[in-house]
Amino acid sequence: MMSLTRLMAIVRKEVLQLRRDRLTFGMIVGLPIIQVLLFGYAINTDVRNLKTAVANQANTHLSRQFVAELGQTQVVDIIATVANAAQLKDLLRAGDISIGVVIPHDFDRRVADRSRAAVHLLVDGSDPMILSVATRLRGMPIAFDVARSTTHGKMAAGASAGPIEIRPYYNPERRAPVNIVPGLMGIILTMTMTLFTAVAIVRERERGNLELLINTPVSSAELMIGKVVPYVVIGLVQLALIASVGRLLFDVPIRGSIVDLYLAATAFIAANLGLGLLISTAVKTQFQAMQVTIFYLLPSILLSGFMFPFDGMPRVAQYLGELLPNTHFIRLTRGIMLRDAALVELYPEVVFLIGFALITMTAAALRFSKRLD
Amino acid sequence: MSGEFAIEARGLSKHFGAVRAVDRLDLKVPKGQIYGFLGPNGSGKSTTIRMLCGLLLPTEGSATVLDTEIPGDSRALKPRIGYMTQKFSLFGDMTIFENLRFIAEIYSFPSPDRASRIDELLQQYNLGPQRDQLAATLSGGQKQRVALACAVLHRPELLLLDEPTSAVDPQSRRDFWAGLFELANAGTTILVSTHYMDEAERCHRLAILDHGVKVADGTPDDLQKNTGMHIVEVLADNPYRAQAALSTISRIASVTQLGIRLRVLISTTVDDPLRLVDRALRAQDMQARVQLMPATLEDVFVAVTMTPQERAA
Repeated sequence: MMSLTRLMAIVRKEVLQLRRDRLTFGMIVGLPIIQVLLFGYAINTDVRNLKTAVANQANTHLSRQFVAELGQTQVVDIIATVANAAQLKDLLRAGDISIGVVIPHDFDRRVADRSRAAVHLLVDGSDPMILSVATRLRGMPIAFDVARSTTHGKMAAGASAGPIEIRPYYNPERRAPVNIVPGLMGIILTMTMTLFTAVAIVRERERGNLELLINTPVSSAELMIGKVVPYVVIGLVQLALIASVGRLLFDVPIRGSIVDLYLAATAFIAANLGLGLLISTAVKTQFQAMQVTIFYLLPSILLSGFMFPFDGMPRVAQYLGELLPNTHFIRLTRGIMLRDAALVELYPEVVFLIGFALITMTAAALRFSKRLD
Repeated sequence: MSGEFAIEARGLSKHFGAVRAVDRLDLKVPKGQIYGFLGPNGSGKSTTIRMLCGLLLPTEGSATVLDTEIPGDSRALKPRIGYMTQKFSLFGDMTIFENLRFIAEIYSFPSPDRASRIDELLQQYNLGPQRDQLAATLSGGQKQRVALACAVLHRPELLLLDEPTSAVDPQSRRDFWAGLFELANAGTTILVSTHYMDEAERCHRLAILDHGVKVADGTPDDLQKNTGMHIVEVLADNPYRAQAALSTISRIASVTQLGIRLRVLISTTVDDPLRLVDRALRAQDMQARVQLMPATLEDVFVAVTMTPQERAA
């Protein structure tokens, strides 16, 4: 039978030990703040100021106007003007520029004749992000001052109708932190919650405490739950920290209900703590526990929809991603924080998280034997 | 409680792969006594204690510990036994008081008496001044007193101590044993493993273990009287040469040098052991004083751990 006295004894012990472990304590508070700052400032999918050189072989009024407009987009930063495409290639190879713009001699005529490309972009394809930005540039309209080039009047009208207008909902300014902070909550909680509990039991085994503990009347369930409870509180504190820093520094909104966000987070934290405990019962040393946690953390970053759009991933990767609690949690946080969705609307994600928590914790309690052999 | 034995083991064995850590051990530990497990490292002392408190599953055999069957559900047993591990196993990053409080709570010690019980133990084991010191920073003797205080906090009927004094100084050991006798006088059964002869001598009864096998058991007195060996002490000018000379004699079972003395074990089947030794030394032109001595536990230990060929000498 479960005893509250024994359960609370374990909880109190964990809190005492945690308070004295300055490094862990610092990690609980410092890690979320530092991560939000790093990710918030560094990860910027809205690329600007790519170094660019231009070889304007036409050098007409129209081509010069095109170059000027290209510069005004701020996507590129024109740092050099060269004579020909060969020189652009040299600059590309040397890494001095990311994009080379070739404007051929017959630029004006090519603009009129839509069957031939008017401009060639030489792009450093070694960075996929640059390539995708350059692809965006392709859609840039070549607009004309109708008054000054009357001969091209007809064509100018056609060009101005060309570009596709994109209107992003929920994040109209396309600010990266707005997308990243809700996902980062999942990453940070995955990392800290899983790691803390993954080392929890194996640490006591290494220090010899386990031999004492399993000789007391404490039951496996009491030990497991007692170890998990303090971390649920810690996880919720971390969530509040991340949300606050996101709000204060990056103006990341919480459009939905905060209660919904906390409920979703509690289920997610429980899922990770359960997995951590299961890891702890399976490994022999703290070092192994950390390795397994990292092995789990990587797909949680890459396959959860945090880094890449989930729908754009290959089918197999999507199947794997569906197994990760973080995938479901990111859907929840983005839904609640950005789209003002209610938790009930997102219930399948919550059901998955609760199920994951129950299965892992039960497995951990069953695996944990109160014996040494 | 029924029966006069706190522990009764019947053919208890534990194999780790091909290694027989404990081999068909029979054991009877009377209630209210201090029972010693004497043996070198690796003789199966810890493994036996771990089987008796349910930490390890016996490969073969069974035991009755305080009316509880081993192997079996040992949950009911846990509140009735106290166990002190060989390695310090309390929480180093908690103070003495916090450790004691944790143990009190985990054993569901009635809360109104918790504080007074902890104070009582702090006083009894002379730990008052270190009450708020982190356990990791204590000396060996202090750690061992805290461990004992934690093991007895819930007033167990049976106390299992696994080499409790292996890391402490002689004074601490004496104090520790004084504490054990107090507990035994109050009715606690104590099973203590050791590799110190002087500690073994203090036990009411003891079993000698060698390579997982119980080679002798009884009271220290009985064991010393029934070695089956004459103990001859030799005081020679050159004990090293004397030892070399005596070792060649097939009827001498064992020769051990203790400082300037030699301790010689000769089977009781030899009628005149003094003459045997004397002659052997004279044959090598050596003078020595020889005399018969009563057996110590060390002699017992040497005698019982001999191979059959050595014994038959």
